[in-house]
Amino acid sequence: MEGFLQLLLNGTALGSIYALIALGYTMVYGILRLINFAHGDIVMVGAYAGLFTALAVNGPAHPDLFHFFIVLLAAMAVSALLGLFIERFAYRPLRNFPRLNLLITAVGVSLLLENLGQVVFGATPRVFPDIMPSMNWFQFGQVAITNQQVTVFGTSLFLMVVLEWIVLKTKLGRAMRAVSYSHEIASLVGIPTDKIISFTFAVGSALAAAAGILVCISYPKVDPLMGVMIGLKAFVAAVLGGIGSIRGAVVGGFLMGIAESMVVGYGSSTYRDALAFAILILILLFKPAGLFGKYQPEKV
Amino acid sequence: MRANLQWLVILTVIALAAQGLTQVLPPYFGQLLILACINAILAVSLNLVNGLSGQFSLGQAGFMAVGAYTAASLNVFGLGFLHGTPLGDQAALLLSLLAAAIASGFVGYLVGLPTLRLRGDYLAIVTLGFGEIIRVIILNIQAVGGARGFISIPNSTSAFLVVFLLSAFVLLTHRFVMASQGRALLAIRENEIAAEAMGVDTTTYKVGAFVVSSAVAGVAGGLFAHYLSYINPSSFDFMKSVEIVIMVVLGGMGSVSGAILAAFILTFLPEALRPLQDWTHVDLRMVIYSFLLIVMMLVRPQGMLGRREIWELFKPRSPQ
Amino acid sequence: MLNHSEQRKSVLEAENITLSFGGLVAVDRFSMVLREGELAGLIGPNGAGKTTVFNMLSAIYRPQSGDVRVMDHSILGLKPHQVLRRGLVRTFQNIRLFKDLTVEKNIQVAFHHANPYGFAAALVHTDHYFDIEKHYAERTEELMNVLELGHRRGALAGALPYGDQKKLEIARALATGAKILLLDEPAAGMNPQESLWLMRMIEKVRDQFKLSVLLIEHDMKVVMGICEKIYVMDHGVRIAEGTPQQIQKDPRVIEAYLGMRNKK
Repeated sequence: MEGFLQLLLNGTALGSIYALIALGYTMVYGILRLINFAHGDIVMVGAYAGLFTALAVNGPAHPDLFHFFIVLLAAMAVSALLGLFIERFAYRPLRNFPRLNLLITAVGVSLLLENLGQVVFGATPRVFPDIMPSMNWFQFGQVAITNQQVTVFGTSLFLMVVLEWIVLKTKLGRAMRAVSYSHEIASLVGIPTDKIISFTFAVGSALAAAAGILVCISYPKVDPLMGVMIGLKAFVAAVLGGIGSIRGAVVGGFLMGIAESMVVGYGSSTYRDALAFAILILILLFKPAGLFGKYQPEKV
Repeated sequence: MRANLQWLVILTVIALAAQGLTQVLPPYFGQLLILACINAILAVSLNLVNGLSGQFSLGQAGFMAVGAYTAASLNVFGLGFLHGTPLGDQAALLLSLLAAAIASGFVGYLVGLPTLRLRGDYLAIVTLGFGEIIRVIILNIQAVGGARGFISIPNSTSAFLVVFLLSAFVLLTHRFVMASQGRALLAIRENEIAAEAMGVDTTTYKVGAFVVSSAVAGVAGGLFAHYLSYINPSSFDFMKSVEIVIMVVLGGMGSVSGAILAAFILTFLPEALRPLQDWTHVDLRMVIYSFLLIVMMLVRPQGMLGRREIWELFKPRSPQ
Repeated sequence: MLNHSEQRKSVLEAENITLSFGGLVAVDRFSMVLREGELAGLIGPNGAGKTTVFNMLSAIYRPQSGDVRVMDHSILGLKPHQVLRRGLVRTFQNIRLFKDLTVEKNIQVAFHHANPYGFAAALVHTDHYFDIEKHYAERTEELMNVLELGHRRGALAGALPYGDQKKLEIARALATGAKILLLDEPAAGMNPQESLWLMRMIEKVRDQFKLSVLLIEHDMKVVMGICEKIYVMDHGVRIAEGTPQQIQKDPRVIEAYLGMRNKK
């Protein structure tokens, strides 16, 4: 029972990271109907940005929350800019082309980031500075909660609440929902759709970067291909929840994290990555719209 | 029917010429030529699904892997008695390729079933998932070497056979496109609902396209295995699938000759870029690849040839 | 006159077909009969449910209750391509051509459901294959002539002017050889002259190919001239049926149309 609780706890922390990344997939899909293949690689860029910031401010010497936030914000800013740049120069020119072209471009951007990463940062993994040394905060029998898990969970929860507030309560969020409903109608009522789409990319990318930093706190290893698997799993989480649905992305993320934690705990870690694909295929075969998505058949 | 005989002669002559070319060229270029032709077969196979039926598959390397491992296993474990004479070796290879086509075609059928419900990006992701799952399964089969790879496969693939099969696939694809069945498939690409309403059994054709495409990719895999005599699961990873997609996209989706042209360019380009690598000391090839892909999509989204074939480029355009 | 037409064999019947989308009833217990050789119209204001009826008649949607019979056999559970084999074909309101194929190929796709040569014959180019393809080319030529599309044969369907696209859709439907033809707003977007030409054309092909035709229109004037029988729908319900003369006098029809006009 205690083992199960510990796995549940680990899974929840991991799941909150997946949820953050899944939010980016789902927001971009909601607004452009595009699976942004490059999203996982933005996680990677965020992690590198965090790594260099942490080195610059000598993070390991100051293992406090203030320095953690500096690293977090720097990474989010860098990734947000990258997201804006990609949207502006790779995706926007193709907006009126068949969606297949957009999809291929997204694959291209993903490959470019991964390979550019290998050229610029080198292919060998780097150790992420220990800006938050692990310690147990609570201990109930065998079950331990670490400060890292609390930080991961707390940060993601905070960001999700902020996102929820932006989308549901602000004018900007209303504009985002309008654009995701229909670009034409939104622009007819005077919403600057280009700006809203850019903003969506910036927010999604910033969340991805935050996820990158949170990953690195628990698994302090950064390499140019780190975003591939994380991105894929988060994508599966988004599909599981129903792509396009914000609530779905969060629920899907947690389910994915917990499922993975259980498989590693009770099964074998070699199935860790196969799990994502298995879930994906089952979901798409039996409930393509996901848990919270709406299935829209083509109108004849 | 007499035209068939003529074509058989033409294909044989082309294949013999290629065989001769590999004898004359330095071994390095000969090898590249054969690999380019194997890639071209893969591109032709994927073109059936991505170009002609309008679906989008991202898992072609998985089908190639099934073919490669099936052919290699059959030849090594089951057809040893045929080895020894040149004729026996070729017979064993042909039987293995046939088995590869059947096995890959069957797996293609299993993967093709979800295509009935899914389209676009979802289909791309599911095929990607299937491709990876196939690779993970092979990775865990120790009988075929697992992660260490499958060694000492007879290297019986010749330039003649590769070029002959490539030319034959191109000819057959062309005939298929010109026939009623080909028109039915193109109609599905253009407008699935209208195709169904005009009497096309869209289900059968979509799955059929997947099966044939996988079977041909399986043959390419078998040729590949018997050319290098060594395969391992990482030869068939996601990047290989992407490479095949890039060939089809770069050539122009739906254009068979475009796909072949792109396969040659993409096989030779990394080699041509080797001096650059010696000079800069970093591997810029994939960076250039991916950059090209993005630029291509931005400036010429329809690919080099669009939906036309090379031989159609010189014809006057039809009146609009 | 009317009695005579009632004695003709029925080729298409809808019996109390009903379909709702998420609580909204799009079509409510709609019934109709199309008889052999008849030219009937289905009219009604926008949003009355006419296209939904078509989608059920052509098996794109399955009615939640009721039955559709083509040549006395229920088509429930069949796919559209199977319904075509029973002899029913349709066109689409929002033109659905194969845009990147030529006019000729668009028509030839419609021959495929009865294509006599096999896959292997196509690949090895048997004599049979060439005979059939030659036959296809001739029939394509005929159909292009009937619809006055001959000068467009090599053009891509997507590049045709709107009127020609509408004609091509009809040509393609005729090419299937089906004897029951459902036309979804064939004259939409055409000027009065063009619609008149089209209506004459529909009458002509009906006689030439021995078809039974059901067409949707929301402009009453267009159908009054050529239809023998008219069904009127409003809000998913059939509100009237009868000859053009009966329909014109029917108070419910006048209200549906005038009521709509008053709201505007």
